[in-house]
Amino acid sequence: MDTNSTLDLMWLIPALPLAGAVLILLLGKRVLGEPKAGYFAATMLGGSFLLTVISFFTVLGEDHHHRSYVVDLFTWMPVGSFQIDFGLLIDPLSITMLLFVTGVGTLIHIYAIGYMHGDPRFTRFFGYLNLFAASMIILVMGSNYLVTFLGWEGVGVCSYLLISFWFERPSAATAGKKAFVTNRVGDFGLMLAMFLILANLGTLNYLSTNELAPTLASGTATAIALLLFVGAMGKSAQMPLHVWLPDAMEGPTPVSALIHAATMVTAGVFLLVRSHGFLEVSGDAGTIVAWVGGLTAFFAATVALTQYDIKRVLAYSTISQLGYLFLAVGVGAYVAAIFHMVTHAFFKALLFLGSGSVIHGMHDEQDMRYMGALRKAMPITAATFIVGWLAIAGVFPLSGFWSKDEILASAWFGDQPILWGVGLITAILTAFYMTRQVVMVFFSPARWDSEEDLSRVATAIAEQEDVRPAQLADDVEEPEASEPEAGVVPAPAHLAGKHPHESPRLMTIPLIVLAALSFLGGILNLPFPGFHQLGHWLEPVIEPVVAGVHEPHPDNFNIGLVFALIALAGALGGIAIGWSTYKRYRGTDDPTIDRLGPLASFFSNAWYFDAFYQRVIAEPGRKLALFLSRDVDGKFIDGLVNGVGKAFGFASVESGKAETGYVRQYALVLLAGTVALITYAIVRAA
Amino acid sequence: MLAATGGDFPLLSALVVTPLIGAVMIAFVGKSRTEIVRAFAMLASVCTAALAGYLLWQFHVGDGGFQFVEDRSWVEAMGLRYILGVDGISLWMVVLTGLIFPLVFLSSANLNDRFKMYAISMLILEAGIMGVFLALDLVLFFVFFEVVLIPMYLLIGIWGHERRIYAALKFFIYTMAGSALMLAAILTLGFLHSSQTGVLTFDMRELSIWGGLAQSTAQWLFLAFFVAFAVKVPIFPLHTWLPDAHVEAPAAGSVVLAAVMLKMGTYGFLRFSLTLFPQAAVDMAPWIMVLGAIGIIYGALVAAVQTDLKKLIAYSSVAHMGFVVIGTFSLTQPGLDGGILTMLAHGLNTSALFFLVGFLYDRRHTREIAQFGGLWKTMPIFAGLFLVASFASVGLPGLSGFVGEYLSLLGTFLTSRPVAVVSTVGVILAALYLLWAFQQVFTGEPEGDNRDTPDVSVREIAVVAPLLILSLVIGLYPRPVLDRINPSVEALLDHVEEQSDWVEPSVPPASVVHDETTEVEAGHDEAGAAETDSGNAADDEHSIGNLEAAVPGGAK
Repeated sequence: MDTNSTLDLMWLIPALPLAGAVLILLLGKRVLGEPKAGYFAATMLGGSFLLTVISFFTVLGEDHHHRSYVVDLFTWMPVGSFQIDFGLLIDPLSITMLLFVTGVGTLIHIYAIGYMHGDPRFTRFFGYLNLFAASMIILVMGSNYLVTFLGWEGVGVCSYLLISFWFERPSAATAGKKAFVTNRVGDFGLMLAMFLILANLGTLNYLSTNELAPTLASGTATAIALLLFVGAMGKSAQMPLHVWLPDAMEGPTPVSALIHAATMVTAGVFLLVRSHGFLEVSGDAGTIVAWVGGLTAFFAATVALTQYDIKRVLAYSTISQLGYLFLAVGVGAYVAAIFHMVTHAFFKALLFLGSGSVIHGMHDEQDMRYMGALRKAMPITAATFIVGWLAIAGVFPLSGFWSKDEILASAWFGDQPILWGVGLITAILTAFYMTRQVVMVFFSPARWDSEEDLSRVATAIAEQEDVRPAQLADDVEEPEASEPEAGVVPAPAHLAGKHPHESPRLMTIPLIVLAALSFLGGILNLPFPGFHQLGHWLEPVIEPVVAGVHEPHPDNFNIGLVFALIALAGALGGIAIGWSTYKRYRGTDDPTIDRLGPLASFFSNAWYFDAFYQRVIAEPGRKLALFLSRDVDGKFIDGLVNGVGKAFGFASVESGKAETGYVRQYALVLLAGTVALITYAIVRAA
Repeated sequence: MLAATGGDFPLLSALVVTPLIGAVMIAFVGKSRTEIVRAFAMLASVCTAALAGYLLWQFHVGDGGFQFVEDRSWVEAMGLRYILGVDGISLWMVVLTGLIFPLVFLSSANLNDRFKMYAISMLILEAGIMGVFLALDLVLFFVFFEVVLIPMYLLIGIWGHERRIYAALKFFIYTMAGSALMLAAILTLGFLHSSQTGVLTFDMRELSIWGGLAQSTAQWLFLAFFVAFAVKVPIFPLHTWLPDAHVEAPAAGSVVLAAVMLKMGTYGFLRFSLTLFPQAAVDMAPWIMVLGAIGIIYGALVAAVQTDLKKLIAYSSVAHMGFVVIGTFSLTQPGLDGGILTMLAHGLNTSALFFLVGFLYDRRHTREIAQFGGLWKTMPIFAGLFLVASFASVGLPGLSGFVGEYLSLLGTFLTSRPVAVVSTVGVILAALYLLWAFQQVFTGEPEGDNRDTPDVSVREIAVVAPLLILSLVIGLYPRPVLDRINPSVEALLDHVEEQSDWVEPSVPPASVVHDETTEVEAGHDEAGAAETDSGNAADDEHSIGNLEAAVPGGAK
């Protein structure tokens, strides 16, 4: 088959998981129960992965500069003078995204078959998961902003459904809602960006918008780029719209891995890379993006230092790594951003799935203070988690080393030396908090094997309650005011007398595959001449539209080597400090918290963003709404209306006497009035 | 204007008369024979729906004028004529009306209290609403507009809840105040026309091309019409009858109210306000858009603090109709398209929500949000339907609400960026209140009565499913709807531009990548033509083999 007819079939890539979702949700668990629904869903997404591989090789066979194909499926919105098509764009960028979305996604589907074993809503879970995959695929394959927006909202809904999956827990339901509403704030920016693009360029098609961007005034381009960035902030959890992501950990762990680490949260970065033309024309917008990214990376890393929940550490780590991606995008290092996005998808999915395996083995306990020495009980989980740890820390020669180094170097050569410094400090912090986690969980002395230890830790936790992260203050449920109990707290019942165990093979095999990818992912884009495969592959998509703009990178190999060595030294330093600090950790006093002093509670409360929003937006907003409802609507307007009613003699309207009498009376009045007026009309006319 | 006639059969009259025939037949059935009444009511409404479907089938796409026009003499001496006609603007309202009533009767299958009178009221209501959307003679329109009031008043006043009399009267006072002004305006317009041209007519087609009205007079007349329609929409601050009417009305009454009766207001803007008084509409549009934006934000904020599920949805209607208002008075093609689509979408989505709340009320006899909790577990199908309806109402892409809101906002953005920006905030707020309500009602661990509330029956699914399926279809493929709306909207905007100083701001032509010449906007008409051309050019290019190897950046 020739290229065109092959790629014509690529609508199947989103259609397969979509069909899977529809079938699973409609047939229900009587027809597709456990584990059939899981295998079916994984097969559908696996099919998408195969098709993606086929399209990858098909496109690879074409000339370097002719690798963009648009498949227009139908006209979505014809509005007279213009129309918006429902089209799919197959080009190096979308294929790159698709490969890891469908590839990593399939692995996570398989893992989830094991993880969700025994859940009463097993079937529905896979329906949602497939629906998510379909939406994500539409997001990255859309040929214009509106199709992307369809997928963008689709993943938002699936994220809502999956975070709230265990909706019996109020915290899960609240977290799902918070995620959706926070993302809507971002959508506000994205919608306005689309209007601005349409009003100025007359099209939303990616192939045209980048091309036409140079015709815009730089102010307009800046506005568009920043509004798109507002959308990206929501989806990719950048300050100040990051608050939903840590709470999203309420969802089942495969969801955290798939949606809140590997795929959905990268959508914002993808969107900005797709819109690079506006960033280039603007210039200033890029600087803002880079700074927000850099500060978010630093902020989230500081918060991760103080978390005890195994998943929350990873959640803040994800926010931090996404910050790196925006830092790279902001300085125009798109290849570096995509490179790190891919490697991050590998190692963060690995870490999340590993944490899920730990939680599974620890009988649903997520607090790292109860863990320790799990490497013996869970050897495969431990080994693969260690690979993920070294990769995210940036240790040579694992994938994270290459991709993070590229971002740091591009910050320096993109004329942002301060951001390079911020990035380097963040890298050290990253190495430290990840080491803290790994040592707390897998290496330090076990706390779970004796009732005394468990009880000792539980008591310490009860005493430290006030340093725990502030729960999302919601209008419905107040976090329980737990008084630190005097005396000794008994060992938690779900842990006492039980031993952790290794997870089933369905879960460990995806871990092994992801560990291999995390180890080797660097070869996608090595910094040696002739090895920039990813850069070369993406080049036609991100080719600058403004003359003189180029991707920042080290001037020569030796200078690059110096930067790589500095980053590596930082990573190893962070690991060394972390290791020596926590190797004897006993689950009670945390040396980091002690050393940070007053900063500790600032960090562990995530810089008080939630409290701030509660006080500055939620509460006044609610008061305003109540005022409008009770006073403006209830008293003022209705008062006027009732006054008018009384003046016209409808005084006893609420007495309810002779109800039908009223009807007749007014119908009669109405009729008489109409007749009178028409009579008058006839007289006038005659 | 073109008058396409559908053969000899008076299709539009049939749409008005069929429900009336049903009502008359039911009048002869004994009070106690509820099942026969039910069958007749269903039959009449299904026949009307079939006629509406036939109209949709026969409707000529691409024709922006009135079709199936019936023009008969009525009261010769007063210049009154019986004129019915349908175009792309009214078509979907007629279809929506046809669709809603059979569902209403299906949902009332368990209602036995004075069912005969209920069925008669509903059918008269349907006839009246059909007449409103079809009448082209102003006085005839007014008669239908008023006829609708009485059955609705009865529906609220007899089958309503505790404070039904208060609500019904409030509804009546509000609407009557508006109607009185409109009637005066209609008569004034007719007589002014007659005194200047010597022809007494209330035919809106003639009055719209007259153009002999003094500007100050036109403004007063515009305002009189505006108040009558604004009450119906409702536009802030004339909206306070709506929450009371909705809360007190029976579920089916709420559905009819939300699905079609509110649209009588926005339809009135499109059909009469813009057509008869274009210059006045252009002059007032900025202020009306501000009112629309206030409605969007105000409705959403107030909805967010309601404790009664129905009241919450009622206020959300105020917000949704705000999108119709801004889109309409943006006086742009996407704005009007979006407004009309929002009218249709709101009819589908909000009806579904009101039906669902009705089902819940049937089971629990309360609508207090605080009384519910954890229903996702006990009523999974109900929860799924409610969730889809909520997301449709929130304006999620892929469902009908989005297309309408998106185009309304786009049109508004072209005319007034500040209004568009403020209105877009409504998109955030909609998610806030609906998901809050959903969380309260459906999540958590069910307790008390919530533990054994039965899930929806097949009949109930059959009521809501068509609405949601249509919402999905329109959300993903709105083209059949837009293709029928577009020509009429274009004709309307051309009319406004001809008769006023309005120049429609539009989306610039999309320069094709290889296009070297940039279109320069010379005169408006040329620019419009150029737009269409380049749009077609782009279209053609895309359709080559359905697949196009496009040259990305840097192809020289």
